[in-house]
Amino acid sequence: MKYMLLINADGIDEQGGAAGCEPADWMAYDKQVRDAGILVASESLADLVTATRVRVAADGTRTVTDGPFAESREVLGGFYVIDVPDLDAALDWAARCPGSRDGSIVVRPVADFG
Amino acid sequence: MSSGDSVEAVFREEHGRLLAALARRFGDLDLAEEVTSEAIEAALVRWPVDGVPPNPGAWLMTTARRKAVDRLRRDAVLATRLAVLRVEAERAAPPPAGDEFPDERLQLFFTCAHPALAAEDRITLTLRCLAGLTTPEVARAFLVPTATMAKRITRAKQRIRDARIPFRVPDPDELPDRLPVVLHVIYSIFTEGYAAKRADLADEAIRLARILRRLAPAEPEATGLLALLLLVHARRTPAAVPLAEQDRGTWDRDLIAEGAALVVEALTGGPPRFYAVQAAIAALHDEAPDLESTDWPQIVALYDVLMAIAPSPVVALNRAAAVAMRDGPAAGLALLDELADEPLLRGYHPYPASRADLLDRLGRRGEAVAAYRDALRLAGTDAERAFLTRRITAIEEAG
Repeated sequence: MKYMLLINADGIDEQGGAAGCEPADWMAYDKQVRDAGILVASESLADLVTATRVRVAADGTRTVTDGPFAESREVLGGFYVIDVPDLDAALDWAARCPGSRDGSIVVRPVADFG
Repeated sequence: MSSGDSVEAVFREEHGRLLAALARRFGDLDLAEEVTSEAIEAALVRWPVDGVPPNPGAWLMTTARRKAVDRLRRDAVLATRLAVLRVEAERAAPPPAGDEFPDERLQLFFTCAHPALAAEDRITLTLRCLAGLTTPEVARAFLVPTATMAKRITRAKQRIRDARIPFRVPDPDELPDRLPVVLHVIYSIFTEGYAAKRADLADEAIRLARILRRLAPAEPEATGLLALLLLVHARRTPAAVPLAEQDRGTWDRDLIAEGAALVVEALTGGPPRFYAVQAAIAALHDEAPDLESTDWPQIVALYDVLMAIAPSPVVALNRAAAVAMRDGPAAGLALLDELADEPLLRGYHPYPASRADLLDRLGRRGEAVAAYRDALRLAGTDAERAFLTRRITAIEEAG
């Protein structure tokens, strides 16, 4: 079963990385996930200031705005999609993720319409 | 196996076991519940005609399993998905080689008490699935309409299925993380039973604690919790009535003896643990012939231990009351006054009630009455209010 691990960083440093985690920590975790053969997809998101929001109103007009800007201290910094047998396995992988130390990881099952 | 009562007992005993085994086998709690009920209904029809089979549990299991397979054949789509699920689950979690967990109910325990579920859902699911309470019974225990409770239970079961919360006992290295949740669920069911004056809920909690202890005999806190529940239950008096006012002659000596033996076991070896220490305090109360000859120095020492392993304002409050018994009301009052600013005690009626008792014993009657009135305002049950009103009347009449 596929689970998405949403990496919410508690604070972002000047480079856009999660505060408190060394790049080496992330590289090591990334390697573990790949080596375990459970990786479906994974990306690190670029700095929040590059985000753009699109909304289409009922009449079809398109509004493009700058942002969103972080309203809370936690911001989505990246994600993993992993394929593991059950929630406990997903929670174990989330707990090992460096992002869980200075922020939090939200674990969500990917809906299965099959 | 002639009377209807013993058939009832078989169903009660087998319900949790059947449900757990089927939930584990088919990975679907809803399906397991439906076929468990159907098997019991079939037994109600067949047994009076054919006689009770020699092994009622096995008969029920075979019947339920057949019904589940029938149902899966009818629903081919569901069957395919479940089959995939089963294979994956087997691959991921091969059944333990040893038989340290011989009963599948333990897996259901940990599923119902999974930390990914909301705290209240853990209790309701445990009551529904393991204690075998019906949805209306669970609803009554929580004072909500049956329809609301049915929705909540459905949502919780859906969450188990959709997030795929596994039916499994945590590995030994995970057990220290997960067991406290299971113990807390049982403890909450027990206190819920007391708060709602539902002796049957307290009985169910004790039954669940017994099962858990039997299934995890190496876990001292499972023993400690069972000991605590037995020792508190032995008094059969609402916690609102202070020990001084309770009739010790009505206490259940057999339960006290059983609980006291378990306390010794729970405290033997390893560091002191939360439920075991609380049970030891309860045992000292239960075994004392009266309030005065209670071993107060020992109780204070146990509260010191409790403050070291699980400090809380409530523990500090109880410790102060024990100190008052050991060293006199003035010493206790001084400790209580140190807790005056604790936000957690602000709405907690035992705090002003304890102060009132000590003020009364110091002859400060006016302040005592004022404190009892504070407690009366915060009290949650009729039994508590009746006790506090009696105290106020007694002081006013004496003065």
